Amino acid sequence: MADQSTARNLESWRLGSCEELNELRESILASRDPAGQEIVVCHGTGCVANGSPKVAQALNSALQAANRETRVMPGIKKTGCHGFCSRGPLVIVNPYGYFYQKVGPRDAEDIVELSILQEKPVQRLLYKDPQSGEPILSEKEIPFYKLQQRSVLRNIGKIDPTDITDTIAAGGYQALAKALTSMTPEQVVEEVERSGLRGRGGAGFPTGRKWRSALAAVEKKGRPIYVVVNGDEGDPGAFMDRTIMEGDPHAVLEGLILGAYALGAQQGYLYVRAEYPLAIRHLENAMAQARELGLLGENILDTGFSFDARINKGAGAFVCGESTALFTSIEGKPGNPRPKYVRSVEEGLWGRPTVLNNVETWANVPLIVDKGADWYAGLGVADNTGTKVFSLVGKVNNVGLVEVPMGISLGRIIEDIGGGVPGGEPFKAVQTGGPSGGCIPYSLKDTPVDFDSLAEVGSMMGSGGMIVMDSRDCVVDISRYFLRFLEEESCGKCIPCRLGLVRMRKMLDTFSAGEGTPQDIEDLVSLSQAVKDGSLCALGGSAPNPVLTTLKYFRDEYMAHIQNHECPAGVCKDLITYFIDPKLCTGCGVCARQCPQGCISGEDKEPHVIDAGHCIRCGICLESCKFGAVRVEPGVFVQGAFPGEAVKA
Amino acid sequence: MITISIDGQEVQARPGWTVLETARHHGFYIPTLCYHEAVSPSGVCRMCLVQLGEGPQAKLVASCMYPVAEGMKIFTDTDRVRNVRRWILEMLVSECPASTEIRDMAARYNVTGTRFEIENPDEQCMLCGLCTRVCTEVVGLAAISTVSRGVHKKVGTPFLRPTEVCVECGCCVTICPTNAMQARIDSVRGVS
Amino acid sequence: MISHELRIDEITERYPASPEYLIFMLQDIQKSYGYIPPEAMDLICEQTGVPASQAYSVATFYQSFRLTPQGEHTIKVCLGTACHLKGGQRIMDELKRRLQVEPGETTPDMKFTYTSVNCVGACALAPVMVIDDQYYPSITVRKLEKQLKALSRE
Repeated sequence: MADQSTARNLESWRLGSCEELNELRESILASRDPAGQEIVVCHGTGCVANGSPKVAQALNSALQAANRETRVMPGIKKTGCHGFCSRGPLVIVNPYGYFYQKVGPRDAEDIVELSILQEKPVQRLLYKDPQSGEPILSEKEIPFYKLQQRSVLRNIGKIDPTDITDTIAAGGYQALAKALTSMTPEQVVEEVERSGLRGRGGAGFPTGRKWRSALAAVEKKGRPIYVVVNGDEGDPGAFMDRTIMEGDPHAVLEGLILGAYALGAQQGYLYVRAEYPLAIRHLENAMAQARELGLLGENILDTGFSFDARINKGAGAFVCGESTALFTSIEGKPGNPRPKYVRSVEEGLWGRPTVLNNVETWANVPLIVDKGADWYAGLGVADNTGTKVFSLVGKVNNVGLVEVPMGISLGRIIEDIGGGVPGGEPFKAVQTGGPSGGCIPYSLKDTPVDFDSLAEVGSMMGSGGMIVMDSRDCVVDISRYFLRFLEEESCGKCIPCRLGLVRMRKMLDTFSAGEGTPQDIEDLVSLSQAVKDGSLCALGGSAPNPVLTTLKYFRDEYMAHIQNHECPAGVCKDLITYFIDPKLCTGCGVCARQCPQGCISGEDKEPHVIDAGHCIRCGICLESCKFGAVRVEPGVFVQGAFPGEAVKA
Repeated sequence: MITISIDGQEVQARPGWTVLETARHHGFYIPTLCYHEAVSPSGVCRMCLVQLGEGPQAKLVASCMYPVAEGMKIFTDTDRVRNVRRWILEMLVSECPASTEIRDMAARYNVTGTRFEIENPDEQCMLCGLCTRVCTEVVGLAAISTVSRGVHKKVGTPFLRPTEVCVECGCCVTICPTNAMQARIDSVRGVS
Repeated sequence: MISHELRIDEITERYPASPEYLIFMLQDIQKSYGYIPPEAMDLICEQTGVPASQAYSVATFYQSFRLTPQGEHTIKVCLGTACHLKGGQRIMDELKRRLQVEPGETTPDMKFTYTSVNCVGACALAPVMVIDDQYYPSITVRKLEKQLKALSRE
């Protein structure tokens, strides 16, 4: 449904040609004052969860309250995710570009008073350079942004995704107009082929080649052919597609319409996971507005080309990100994958030729058509062209969304853009590719981030999730975590996955408990190979990757668990002991009150002690202590106040 | 006619045949658990996997569903194939300990016990899906289906209550490769 | 939000009577009623022509469908990778201790249902909890305690 608060009577604007689209763009731009004031408040899911709607409300009230007889009131623009999530809520005041971070409702008055009325920055809200401590005025000078190349993300954070006029003003649908009036469908396919674009959903299959095979399938089988958006971004820790769908839905839509034109499709589908309600709302709204303007539906821009699309919401199944499972879900069935012996381009949705591409892949298409394949192929490196969006999460200072050219090194992303690990230690490992990927150790930080290089070190690009781990993250635990995730998400159809993943996970449980032998590790490797080779689809087929890579690069850590009975990272509950440091403990008693076992004792204002025999290592005391007095030591110690006194079991 | 090679031997196949059909036609042994001529193949047990091509890039494919193509090289018993089969069988021995059919096939691959814990000593169902497929495709009633997913997946009736859609034809019991369907048939139709 | 204003047939009749719309109908019923009542399943099967066993297979395959009434408040703890690294499991364990039911279950007073969810994509705020449609960033055991108390008092 169109968002009532920003809907205009778009029906009267139905565009009958590309000239009219250009005129509309001109008139929108003419009605805007580039020197006019505007307050941008990030409304990506992260900032919203952190309270940005309240900030927007407070700004609104402050603007109303300010005496503005002589000047026009600036608008508050709600945009998608700016990417600098660890610094949210984010506010930008234009035209000055003042970039404010960690803004609360109480800052609204100062922002209006200083930045709107006096055109000056609010110093305390500016981002401070972590090396020099100097405040930085605008986004483009901030190291986090400076080192990125935001092309797919270029509009996000600048446009209001619920208002199509913003998208049009920013150049949206220009590529579509160009293709419909001056390119043949074949030329569009060629452009995508020459660009070298590879699928951004994980497999990295050349998109142009996929489209070409689809055209061959249509030669054999005739039409209809369907185009589908894979918006089922399920890798935990990945939110690239969410950001694009929420923040620039027309980028996806325009890409899809271009693909439909190139392939001769009349009907398309957007499969979006149900856990992204905002993305779904914004896409529905975008499609409704596009239809009203004649950019989607019957006779687009009066060129005779018709194409429409429908959103299918996921219903809670990670496996539906797999192409055959996704199709079967659109057909109304359980999301059980099928063996892909006949490719989806030939036999996909309802047995028809189908082209399925990831959200980010589709969002790249308008750029390629608009700026040309040569421009695109100039970005990145050979065979891995273009840029890639990554979600940088975990133990890193700048958690958020980054877009970089392919081929940049892991170290550059994590240390220079990400700001490194809090506390300054080198990262231990970075997990790429989600549950299908692998852990890459710090020693390989110069590895270029591209499809081929990451595969060479045993991992994979995946959809773009990058989980940074430090010395307090355990590789045995993280392998078990990913297996547990896939165990729950397995469709259960084939034996290697349904029976294998849980058994692999249970083997990791025993290692985590300090049990098991080196022979068990060999058995795990052998079983992993059987699961990899034997599974029906890539869920099971790639499930052993985290285990296999952590064994490759961190075997010592596994050995520490099973031979020394300690978890060096301090994570595995059976192989650690909690202590209270008597030098730091103030005796405030907060931990004792919170302890679910009641096993912390001590006099008021005297150092407290944890009874290791009853401690379940839940971590609540660690979380509650404001003085950093709770310590986690690897190893199992018998009763003693502190490691110096305690004896190892 | 199409010519392919199985274990180094050239054989003929008709277009449209699967690798399994071709292999069996020529007397090659490929084990299966979820395959039956009466219903469509589903490729879930993975016992019929064979190696397509040679070298580290070779992949394993389910022969019950893989269509033959001119010149393809199939290997029915490589190390990789045997590794998959023996682990499947060892896991099945732990999952379906009460099935003699599974134990017999396991013995063929030198799997006589299991390192895995046995949760349900009476279980025989390996979720091959033959029962649900025969009820849908042959009998045309779809009285039973697979319920839930992953490790919780099981064969069941709507709301796990006896259903009148079942006409007690017994096809599911007949096609079941173990005794699993016999053991649960009362819960499908109800006991009168 | 749960609202029984619409009858089941008013919901199912929004869509063409075809098997392709099975999941759409189930989703709308789930949204309105908080679960899929057996009568709804029957009506959906009647309308779409999908056999009962197949509809039940779909309803039990996908995580978002519930077949029993849910609690007044649904608590979802994100167990995405970032949230896992930042202690999301601790929150699940605490919920189990306090509510005394297993994940996915509802408290006997029908007040709370809690479950883990897959990554909600707000990783900078890990660990994240969602109660009904409200996100709670950087959740700790103490914050959880406060929320539960506030909701119990309602």
